[in-house]
Amino acid sequence: MKTKTSKTTTRAVQCSAVLAVGGLLITACGSSGGSGSGQSATTSFEGRGPITYVAGKDTTGTVQPTIDRWNTLHPKEKVTFIQLPTDADAQRQQMIQNAETKSDAYTVLSLDVVWTSEFAAHQWIDKLPEQRFPLSRMLKPVVETAKYRGGLYAAPASSDGGMLYYRTDLLKKAGIGGPPTTWAQMKADCAKVKKLPEAKGMSCYAGQLQKYEGLTVNFSEAVNSAGGTVTDANGRPDVDTPAAKNGLDFLVGSVKDGTIPKEAITYQEEDGRQAFQSGKLVFLRNWPYAYALAAKSGIAGTYAVAPLPGLDAPGSSSLGGHNMAVSSYARNKATALDFITFMTSQDTTATFLKDASLAPPYASLYDDPRLIKQYPYLPVLKQSILHAVPRPRVVQYGDVTSAVQQEAYAALTGTKTSAQALKDLQQDLQKCTAQ
Amino acid sequence: MAKTEIPPEAVAADGRTGPPPAPAQRARRPRRRTRATAGSARMAALLVSPTLLVLSIVVLYPTLMALNESLYGPKGLDPKTGFISSSEPFVGLKNYADIFGAAADRFWNAFWNTTFFAVVTVGLETVIGVAMALIMHRAFRGRALVRAGILVPWAVPTAISGLLWRWIFNSDGIANALIGRQILWTTEGFHAKVAVIVAEVWKTAPFIGLLVLAGLQVIPKEVYEAARIDGSGALRQFWHITLPLVKPALLVAMLFRCMDALRMFDLPYILIGAQKNSVETLSMLAQNEASNVRFGPASAYAVLLFLYVFLVALAFVRLLGADLVADGGRGAQNSRRRRMPLARRTEVTA
Repeated sequence: MKTKTSKTTTRAVQCSAVLAVGGLLITACGSSGGSGSGQSATTSFEGRGPITYVAGKDTTGTVQPTIDRWNTLHPKEKVTFIQLPTDADAQRQQMIQNAETKSDAYTVLSLDVVWTSEFAAHQWIDKLPEQRFPLSRMLKPVVETAKYRGGLYAAPASSDGGMLYYRTDLLKKAGIGGPPTTWAQMKADCAKVKKLPEAKGMSCYAGQLQKYEGLTVNFSEAVNSAGGTVTDANGRPDVDTPAAKNGLDFLVGSVKDGTIPKEAITYQEEDGRQAFQSGKLVFLRNWPYAYALAAKSGIAGTYAVAPLPGLDAPGSSSLGGHNMAVSSYARNKATALDFITFMTSQDTTATFLKDASLAPPYASLYDDPRLIKQYPYLPVLKQSILHAVPRPRVVQYGDVTSAVQQEAYAALTGTKTSAQALKDLQQDLQKCTAQ
Repeated sequence: MAKTEIPPEAVAADGRTGPPPAPAQRARRPRRRTRATAGSARMAALLVSPTLLVLSIVVLYPTLMALNESLYGPKGLDPKTGFISSSEPFVGLKNYADIFGAAADRFWNAFWNTTFFAVVTVGLETVIGVAMALIMHRAFRGRALVRAGILVPWAVPTAISGLLWRWIFNSDGIANALIGRQILWTTEGFHAKVAVIVAEVWKTAPFIGLLVLAGLQVIPKEVYEAARIDGSGALRQFWHITLPLVKPALLVAMLFRCMDALRMFDLPYILIGAQKNSVETLSMLAQNEASNVRFGPASAYAVLLFLYVFLVALAFVRLLGADLVADGGRGAQNSRRRRMPLARRTEVTA
């Protein structure tokens, strides 16, 4: 008995090593091959009945009431809300698993803007009829994130853009009229502010420079703000340029000369927000969500937002947000299309803005005086989104963002010169977009 | 957990049943056996078959599938339509060639990281775990509290402990406040490794402690009494009685930890972050490939990791403790070893 137990236990553990790693692959492996979907060009959205809506965990509590509203209007086409984990990678993972097993469990998917190309290229989502959505009333950069090779594969549901948070009280005391529009101005303003006794021990600026998706966002913003590109409109990498080098040099130089504090290299959104709120930073790059939270902190009433600064003009932000798409393997696609139209309508997105501070895709909502009263940052955010450049829209986004993080981080930590990092990045990007 | 406690008890039981049968019995046996074997072998096969069936479904089949999958490449993109093809091309051993060719730097870096973590964490855990077990084994007031306290880290899920330690190792976290210097633990560098090792040892030393405690509890008190009468000190008792007698349990614990450490994933992933070269392990490479929808290369990494873990486990069993998976014959050897301290006692008195 003893022999049996310990032998099998040992063997089981040995194998479970692989199982643990390969658990996911294996579930996905089972379905490789099979028939390809032939509905690439035109999809007929047919069938009505119950469907599901799949998105990350709703922390604001506004999604279910909206779905309830739909359900009372369409009792025969009820929508069930499937909540995935908060973590974006985990959401993507589960959606891919669903697609790889060709399951009809998921109908409408809430996709992060950077996933559109990948999902469209794998034909995990259907091409949508453009005329069904009021795209002309939406902000153009937002609509672009929902397209792949010119076709619309998702409907913009929400957006997000980076903004420069700054301390109005300190700038005023230092005799500075308004927020900086260029990096040089920002550094000069910092020098002035730092001479104030109140600014003792403060650092100038921080963004999200930890090695994760936030670094890709901040790197792309720096490159775009200096007039460079990471990938061009067709998804081809073009990052080994003097303009891109100026952008990266701003980040690298700022870390070196202390404009960006050393610990900011470990900052994600929350770390930066906390540092700003506890009065450690004069300037901060962050998303709109931080606005309401900062209002409840010690710096309430002493901060404002402005568009991100750039090299010699205001810079450009990256884009966040979510788009809604129809899973290719779903049933009742006619209902799905109606539901997406409902969820991305101006009324619904206005509700999401009011109740959950989700930035809407519609331009006019940013100019609504009542909404501006509730969210004073809306005009700035509109400018931010209008001048935004989406992150690289490529099929192999996962590889691209890894490569960007790898090289940008090497440059920031000084293990590579910025010129070398960009040269290597260009090579890496060419490799992963080549296939 | 229940399973892991079996070996020490099993060893003890075996020790008692160990003595070889008397010659008279042995002579009579063969004739009886021929008749008994056919029936009992069939019975044994029947009884074992559900286990084998389950094992082949949950262990063998996935392993073979992973092996098969590792021979296929990622789906290609058709530049004309912009769509990914629906089937994976058969590439033979190309995935493996790529791992040792184009991606060799990354692979070997991950390989050494994995090995480094396994050796250092298991080493530290063994020392600390044995110390914990000795403390837990002592009879003193509040022992239950100490036992529970020591076991708490083991009860914390790894992902949660990763978050916990990330907080501690934050740029202005407790760790930096304690040492009075600002170390950016989550940046690349040796300090990131240190952070992972500290968190891992904190979490899993209690596991070794627990198994060793189980081993300690089956050591008869008389052995210690005898040693005390013979005037051997605490250190000598530990070295010559406790350690040899607890060795089987300790080796099982170390083997488990070793294999666990070799497939370490969640702690470095959550504590330090993905794609940090200083802490990237083999499991993280496989996960990275899988998350980029390249199941072939991911399986190749998983297969290599499987082989590595398998070889380490095999070497462990062969080199350190053959009696870990010993059969009846070796059990006798075991019982001989159990008597050794007694034998030594006679030497001492003589």
